[in-house]
Amino acid sequence: MLERVVLLNAEYARAIDDDRLEDWPAFFTDPCLYTITSADNHRRGLPAGVIYADSVGMLKDRVAAIREANVFERQSYRHLVGLPALSGERAGAMRTETPFLVVRTMRDGTMGLFAAGRYVDAIVEEGGALRFRERVVVCDSSRIDTLLAIPL
Amino acid sequence: MTTVPSRREWPGETLARVPYWVYQDEGNYRDELRCIFEGPVWNYVALEADLPRTGDYRTTFVGEMPVIVVRGETGEIHAFENRCGHRGALIALDDCGSTGKRFQCVYHAWSYDLCGELVSVAFEKGANGRGGMPASFRKSEHGPRRLRTATLGGLVFASLSPAAPPLEDYLGEAVRARLLRVLGRPVEVLGRFVQALPNNWKLYVENVKDTYHASLLHTFFSTFHITRLTQGGGVLVSPDGAHHASSTIDRGDDRASTAYRDQGIRSEKEQYRLSDPSLLDTVKEFGDDIQLQILTVFPSLVVQQVYNALAVRQVLPKGPGAMELHWTYLGFADDNAEMRRRRLRQANLVGPAGYVSMEDGCVGGFVQRGVAAAGDTLSVVNMGGEGAESQDTRATEAAVRGFWKAYRGYMGC
Repeated sequence: MLERVVLLNAEYARAIDDDRLEDWPAFFTDPCLYTITSADNHRRGLPAGVIYADSVGMLKDRVAAIREANVFERQSYRHLVGLPALSGERAGAMRTETPFLVVRTMRDGTMGLFAAGRYVDAIVEEGGALRFRERVVVCDSSRIDTLLAIPL
Repeated sequence: MTTVPSRREWPGETLARVPYWVYQDEGNYRDELRCIFEGPVWNYVALEADLPRTGDYRTTFVGEMPVIVVRGETGEIHAFENRCGHRGALIALDDCGSTGKRFQCVYHAWSYDLCGELVSVAFEKGANGRGGMPASFRKSEHGPRRLRTATLGGLVFASLSPAAPPLEDYLGEAVRARLLRVLGRPVEVLGRFVQALPNNWKLYVENVKDTYHASLLHTFFSTFHITRLTQGGGVLVSPDGAHHASSTIDRGDDRASTAYRDQGIRSEKEQYRLSDPSLLDTVKEFGDDIQLQILTVFPSLVVQQVYNALAVRQVLPKGPGAMELHWTYLGFADDNAEMRRRRLRQANLVGPAGYVSMEDGCVGGFVQRGVAAAGDTLSVVNMGGEGAESQDTRATEAAVRGFWKAYRGYMGC
């Protein structure tokens, strides 16, 4: 199972880093929970996220907005995803936690460590594939440089 | 960011022209910290909800001055500089916490009560009869600077200046009413984020007051028919220009408007629809048809109602070319589960990744970089005329001119 989760995380990161955002919603069940928060909010039980989606439709809308509506300077991510820790099953889903780093490269070549944190996930099997029923992106820092356009 | 030497000149009395050196000049920036943030204004510093019990505190800033805001022993709220009177170290190191009845500096263990009064100095009388402070030393003369505090609608404000008028007079009746329209009952914090912006603080404040840009820069709004200049609404500017409240009123009669298409603006994309339109399911919770209200309190507070997404944003300057925006996402303490979920979902509209606000994170940087060599050139702030009066349209820069009216008053320029 560890190997399957590693591959799921790798495919997820590749979809974002390769700018195949249209493939991103399919990594989730419908309904789902995808949210980006900070370790501080997470520890205090504060539920708000800078992104908060609880349906695949909302994930698709996020992609559509990035493509069609929102304005930001060209940028790309490179995810480095660590090894997941599997912490058993709860409510019919496998609970895993995986550390990540994201380097952001701007159009002028400026590179910087944009985010470090962990994915706190609930993973289920659906039609032979693993999908995220929950992916809570817990960033170590509450501070976001300029804006967050592309999902983590 | 290179600072361009400038003559620091203003183009006469007009509010419709602003020189770009105001976003660059280091000396001018230092003057702003002294004349505005530490001057006779009211700075937002915390929520009352952050400080429910005696000894509960938050640390924040007034301009660049670190400040502790704390609930005192009889329920009053105190604010004082987060700087030990001894060697200047920060007294409190965390963002928030609960301290009992004392703060103690970690460096030499000098202690302060909840009013910011220096109450004990370690080894004040020396050790074994040697050392210690001289007999002439008076603890009462060595506390950190204390600020006045005032509260309104659950917001805590602080002022360093005895010359600041009472908070309610400072805001004026109209802006005060608009603030209480939203913050009329106890809030709960849903989350906090900090957005680091690569621009001068004034570029962000102007952006918030700029009702003209909203549906032009933020194309999510216009492509989804969320707000249009042709809808109802307008901008209320306080008589001194300092504060504003802009509003969008949903009259529902705007769907056939082609005003944008006629102007060839890129935001017109008729085929664009939400896959999950429940994002915009909104409850009218304030007893009126105002769907969006953005309110500013000079110099550094924004109170936001975007549908049911509520937040306060605190503007903190960090040098001439940088600032931080501290977001506190809010609900009300009496929200049910459905209302809370609605707020969490609609929070997608705002914040560092907001559908209608992420551009505000980068556009200030576009200006900051664009004007790098143009310190003595003037920007044009002419939409809606020359004045800073309230207008019943949002195709105006009246509130931006109001900002400069107030700014020049405080700066004496």
